[in-house]
Amino acid sequence: MPEVLLGITGKDFTLIAASKAAMRGATILKAADDKTRQLNKHTLMAFSGEAGDTVQFAEYIQANAQLYSMRNETDLSPSALAHFVRGELASSLRSRKPYNVNLLLGGVDPITHQPSLYWLDYLASLAPVPYAAHGYAQYYCLSLLDKHHQPDITLERGMELLTLCADELKRRLPIDFKGLIVKAVTKDGIKEMPFDNDKVVKGT
Amino acid sequence: MASGYDRALSGTCAVGVKGSDVVVLGCEKRSAMKLQDTRITPSKIGLIDTHVCLAFAGLNADARILVDKARLEAQSHRLNLEDPVTIEYITKYVAGVQQRYTQSGGVRPFGISTLIVGFDKGNDQPRLYQTEPSGIYSAWKANAIGRSSKTVREFLERNYKEDMDREATVRLAIKSLLEVVQTGAKNIEIAIMAPGKPVEMLPVEDIESYVKNIEQEKQEEAAKKKTGRTPGTGSAAILTRSAQDEPGDH
Repeated sequence: MPEVLLGITGKDFTLIAASKAAMRGATILKAADDKTRQLNKHTLMAFSGEAGDTVQFAEYIQANAQLYSMRNETDLSPSALAHFVRGELASSLRSRKPYNVNLLLGGVDPITHQPSLYWLDYLASLAPVPYAAHGYAQYYCLSLLDKHHQPDITLERGMELLTLCADELKRRLPIDFKGLIVKAVTKDGIKEMPFDNDKVVKGT
Repeated sequence: MASGYDRALSGTCAVGVKGSDVVVLGCEKRSAMKLQDTRITPSKIGLIDTHVCLAFAGLNADARILVDKARLEAQSHRLNLEDPVTIEYITKYVAGVQQRYTQSGGVRPFGISTLIVGFDKGNDQPRLYQTEPSGIYSAWKANAIGRSSKTVREFLERNYKEDMDREATVRLAIKSLLEVVQTGAKNIEIAIMAPGKPVEMLPVEDIESYVKNIEQEKQEEAAKKKTGRTPGTGSAAILTRSAQDEPGDH
């Protein structure tokens, strides 16, 4: 729950941000953790939840996405991947030991270039959304995004919104989440965006 | 057992050639019939992973199954070991599967020989391996499999040079295939692999220009043979052969 996952779609991109802290109980074990995995050229998945489950599940999905690409010489679309992941979570939920993983899956359709974002949780809910958050970040960021998000925003504006969210989180979240890793998915692929995490935000 | 070999030997020809920093796969394409849709007819060169390429000679249907097993193993290896497969590992795996299908009851052997090429992670050395229906595998500098592979292999033995650049490697692959492919560029398929790069399928126009270039060179040499009688040129056998063949082809 103290892990931060954020996602924003815009005119021709999807932004995914994840907190950099890897925590165990009250201890921070690592301050530069990357909670994202690339599924194919234009689909990215961010994950949070129970320690071992997250990476295991994400890499299992990643392997299957890549196997599909090799077998069919074409990539699965973000929407197809989202539904595949939901299916895996749903069957896991009904197994003896379900995966406890929450996900954001963002991508740009390889053919239509339409950006998309999917919100999934460990109960295998799936919702396509224009912007999304997981964990405590929902309480602080959804209201901000409700107010400021437009479906046709540019990448620059998207980064501004993320800064806005990061500021609010630093101001109000009692835990230091060690800043955000931000990645942008566009029709040209996935790249990490520079993001200023050292900016000091004073509490009110 | 012998039947597996017969099938592997009767498939259309495929060659693999290593250069100094590239490795090239070449294939003879079965000529398409008039009403066939060539866009969706599967190729004989397949990707196992982003850095491994496989060409086969023999039963297409058997190859499909074998390639799929190899792809699954490649991804499984990535997931479990956090590293892409080495070319030797995946070759050993493919050969292992082929060997298994010679042992237990109720199965028939995979009727295919394969050439597996690529680059190991963080290593610029090109790799080329061959597997056979019996499960034997071996490493090569250049090799051919399938129909009249003996002719092509002998050609490669005569013309292979160490440390060829990309241009020379592709040229040798095409030239060796032309020994057995009658209809020229349209029936040749070329895949080029370089370290850290995705596989490159050579466009038909490029293959055509290579073929044209090679034919021209052959003609010139043949003409020189007839008129000039330059003494002591090495590869006499092959040149006379092409000189005889050409009038019929065009």
